[in-house]
Order: sequence, then C-alpha cells, then structure tokens
Amino acid sequence: MIRTLEPLLIPVAALAFSLLLFAVFVAAAGADAIGVFESMYRGAFGTWFSWQNTLGGAAPLMLTALCTALPARIGLIVIGAEGAVVVGGVSAALTGLALQGASPSLAIPAMALAAMTAGGVWIGLAGALRHYRGVNETISSLLLNYIAIAVMSFLVFGMLRDPATLNKPSTYPIGEAFMLSPLGDTSIHGGFMLGIGACILLWLLMRHTPFGFAVDIAGGNMRAARLVGLPVGRLVVITCLLAGAAAGLAGMVEVAAVHGRANTSLNAGYGYQGILVAFLARHNPLAIIPVAILFGGISASNGLLQRDHELPDATGLVLQGIIFIVILVSEAWYGRLNELLGTKRPTA
Amino acid sequence: MSDEWSAIAGVLIAVLGGAIRVGTPFLFVSLGECLTERSGRINLGLEGTLVMGAMTGYGVSYLSGSAWLGVLAAGGAGVMLGWLHALLCQQRRVNDIAVGIALMIFGTGLAFFLGKPLIQPSAPRLPALSLGAWSDNPAVRAALEINALFLIGALLAVALWWFFRYTRWGLYVRTVGESADAARALGLDVDRVRMLSTMAGGFLAGVGGSFLSLYYPGSWSEGLSSGQGLMAVALVIFARWNPIHCFFASLLFGGAAALGPALQSVGVTWGYYLFNAAPYVLTLLIMIATSSSTRVLAGMPGQLSSGK
Repeated sequence: MIRTLEPLLIPVAALAFSLLLFAVFVAAAGADAIGVFESMYRGAFGTWFSWQNTLGGAAPLMLTALCTALPARIGLIVIGAEGAVVVGGVSAALTGLALQGASPSLAIPAMALAAMTAGGVWIGLAGALRHYRGVNETISSLLLNYIAIAVMSFLVFGMLRDPATLNKPSTYPIGEAFMLSPLGDTSIHGGFMLGIGACILLWLLMRHTPFGFAVDIAGGNMRAARLVGLPVGRLVVITCLLAGAAAGLAGMVEVAAVHGRANTSLNAGYGYQGILVAFLARHNPLAIIPVAILFGGISASNGLLQRDHELPDATGLVLQGIIFIVILVSEAWYGRLNELLGTKRPTA
Repeated sequence: MSDEWSAIAGVLIAVLGGAIRVGTPFLFVSLGECLTERSGRINLGLEGTLVMGAMTGYGVSYLSGSAWLGVLAAGGAGVMLGWLHALLCQQRRVNDIAVGIALMIFGTGLAFFLGKPLIQPSAPRLPALSLGAWSDNPAVRAALEINALFLIGALLAVALWWFFRYTRWGLYVRTVGESADAARALGLDVDRVRMLSTMAGGFLAGVGGSFLSLYYPGSWSEGLSSGQGLMAVALVIFARWNPIHCFFASLLFGGAAALGPALQSVGVTWGYYLFNAAPYVLTLLIMIATSSSTRVLAGMPGQLSSGK
C-alpha cells in the first residue's frame, strides 16, 4: 500500500521538509518565518490576481521542464533549456517580423514552428553529440546556453535592434496582431494552455506509445536496448529534438504572449528552474503540470516577499536550492518507506 | 602599415595579459575539479562554490580589512560546500551530476542572498606584482601586472601533479577514482577519500572565486561569474585530468575570454558579443574533437559516471 503511494508521499514529504529548512533559514536571517509563508501564500495563491500571475509564470516552466524530463527518461541530463528558450524566442520574433502584414492565423503557427525547430535543433545537437561523438551532454548543453545568449546579444544589440529601445535593447515589436490572446477574460496568457497541452501530449507519447516504451528501455539499460535491436541513436536524438522543441516553444510564448519582442528577458532563468521542476516531477510529463504551478507560485510571490519582509530577491533562489537538495536526497527513501515507518517489509 | 602592426601587437599583449588575469580563476577551479574527479566524482556545483567564494572573500576582506584573510575565508566556504556535495553523494541512488546542479543553484542563491549588502561598499583588494617594470611600454606593463594568486596557482599545479604521482595520499585518491572495488579491497575508506578530495577541491574553487571579487574584476556583483565554474569541468576533460595541462588550458581559456575586450580596446567593436562566446565555442569544439563514442578517454578515472 505504502509502496504504491511512494511517488506521491515522498515528494510531498520532501517538499514539506524543505519548507521547514527554509523557515529556519529565513528565521536565521532575521525575518519572521510564519509571516514569510503567509506572504508567499498570498503572493502565489491567495487571490485571483496572484493565481493569474502564478499560472502565467508556470507556462514557460512546464515547457522548460519537459526539456530536462524527456532526455532524463533515456538517461541523459540536459540542462540546456535556457539556451533553447533564447534561440526559440529569437526565431519566433524574427519570423513574426518577417511575416508582418500576413494573417495572424498563418503567422502565429509559423512563429511557434520556427521556435520549436530552433529549440529542437539546439538540444538535438547536444543529443547527437552525445550519441555519435561521446560528448558529455550536460556540459555541452550548458555551453550552448552561453552561446545562445551571446548570439542573441549580438543580434539585439546590433542589426536587429529597435533604436527606440534604449535601456533594454530589443528587436522591433512583432505587433499586437501576432500576440497570443489571454484566456477568456483573465490575464492568464495563452501560453498556459500550450504548456498544459505539451505536457499531456508528451505524457501520452512517453507512456502510451511504442516510442515511449523504447525510450524507457534505453533509459533503463542502454546495452539491453541495443541488444534487442532498438535504434538507440535515433531515440536519443528524437527525444532531445522533442525536448528542445518544448523549450523553444517557451521562448515563443515569452515573445508572443508577454514581451512582444525578443530581448534579454528571454534568459530570465526559466530554463534553470525547469531543471528543478523536472526532477521534482520525477521526469513524468503529467506531474510537471502541478509542480510547475507550484514553482510559478514561488516566483510570483517573490516580489511580495521583498516588499513585506525586505528579503533580497535571491530568497526564491535559496528556497529552490534547498528544495532541489532535499528532493535528491529523498531519492534514497524510495523502496525504504516501509522500513523508515517501522512497518514490516515484505520479503523480497 | 606600422599602425596595423602595433594594433595587432596591442591585441596580442592584451590577450596575453587577459589570459593571465581571466585564466587565474579557471586555474583554481580546474585544479579543484581535477582533484575531485581523480577521486571518482564530478562536482558541477563548483560554479556555486566560485560565486560563494567570491562573496565570502569580498565580505571578509571588507569586514576584516585584510584581503588575504578574505581569500582564506573563501576557501573555507568552498570546503563547506564540498563537504555538502560529498555528504549528499554518499546517499543511496544519488547522482553526483544532479547534486552538482542543485548545489550550483543553492550556492549561487545563498551568495546573492548574503551578498546583497556587499554590492555598495568597497573592500581591500589583493595587491598586484608589477613584473613588467623593466619595460617602458605601458601595454606590456599592464599585461604583466600579475597577482600573487596566479603564481600560487601555477605552483599548486606542479604540486598537485607531484602529489598524484609521488605521494601515498595521491595514490589513494587515484586508486579510489580508478576502481572503488580495488580500493575497498585494499582497505581504503572510499567515501572518506572522496569527501576529503571534494572538500579540498572546494577550497581551491572558493579561492578562485575570491580572485574574481578581490582582484579582477575586483568587486562583488551578481553578474560576477559567467559560468567559469562549469567551463572548468570541460577544461579538466580537455586537460586529461593532468594538473599541469590544467595550467595551460586555463591560460588558453582566459585568452579566449579576453579576445573580445582586447579587440574592443583597439577599436574593433563589430561582433563584440560574438567574441564573448569564444571560450564557450572553444570548449565545445575541443570536447567534440577530443571525445569519442567508442573508446574511453585517455587518463579518465575509471569511476567517473560521465565525462565519456
């Protein structure tokens, strides 16, 4: 019984324990821990307004988490979502600018496609280098982040710069017509549904198709996968392509639903937070949805935390680091929960 | 014509000076990573250690008035983070790469959190040694303004090489990194050796961080590190886990990073941001060129879960 509940119980317990550690931390920093939690709740889920912020912030996190979660299923640790968001966002903005005057029903899908292609190629490259050249994918995907940011800076500080943007050099705006409209009469942007859709679609692919099954086999035992004749190289590259496409789409969402142009707001850390979301969701695309909403909430409440308690803006980062560490340690609890709770373990 | 030549010479001298200045943190972090990896673990968290070291070094230097005390404190912060990394990695089914990413986020977050009040004040900085006093060319003099930490790092590289090769403890570290089973059969405490190696590696990375805040660029800000801690991991692979090679690789990386600013200083502004990508592109190209999907890299410790 406890065994089947483990995938739910352990992350929840780990999260609770992290919050406890965080409370000790903020108390040590001289803040009122209970008050901090109250502010966090208020800023994240307390009002309809904060819910809207939370869900809007969750959208890119769902997509970037997929960028770590899918490759993890085949045994790769990819941390390149940040770069894929950047190349995706720049490609989307370029496509939108090139198609000025075209019908939005053509331009918006074209922007999404361009972003997904760019992101897919970006992470697919890391996967291909891993499989065909043996290059460590964690390091290569990380290097690609910095390269993506440098290329974007080169473009938005240079030839693509809208001279009207002084403080924060940006491309020209893609125009109101090409923006994703918010959901109904809320201010939750259209990217939220894209994020949910991508998670469900990729969950179906990973859990209910032969492709997903093959990926899990290869992730469990690469050599066995080769022996039964699975095309391991192709699986690795396709998984990374899909992962990158998801993160690229996050870039398109940021451009077409939030900023209206491409600029350095694209590398605001969604890629790095996505890694944490993926690990907390144990690389299950469906579980990413609630975890991303939770972390969207943490980010949304950051401003209130600064205002109410005069805590630095890095407070959210500390909390994320604590959660990440505890989640990793909690891996060791799986299969031992019976033992830990003192009940008798079935003889294996 | 002579103008062009002097411009090219100017760029070369600036790149050389930059290689030493920018390369010093690379040197310390890569030596630390080299030590940790020879014991069979990868610590990606050294990026967080670097930032934490920079903040601690700056803070202690500001409070105590002694920059060298700051350097030591930075190393101490690195030891703590290294201890945490080793402790977490000892748990069952915990992946060293994932722990590294977590500590990268945690270390960076903690440094930004605690370092908020340090952005304004100015702390005593490390002094420079003017090794270029013999020259009357100001560019050469500027390039040879060298920090003592660079010289210490160079000596450390040799010392670490000697340590691995000729000392009993060096042999312990190598054995544990090569085959944990063989080490256990010899009666070595694998976890302990790895913990000490990771803590010592953290010390070096912390010192590397203090160089950033106390010498060059020489102040504390949240944008201080741009992935040097992570590039050091790639650098160690390129250096084939050899401390002496780490020294030359650090200079190469430092030079690549100094290329953009050096070109800008002689008036070449086109592509400034692209040149900023030079160290990353260089790292990637080197990894592509030196890796192989079929054979294990020469010099790679047998217990590393990745690197191949």
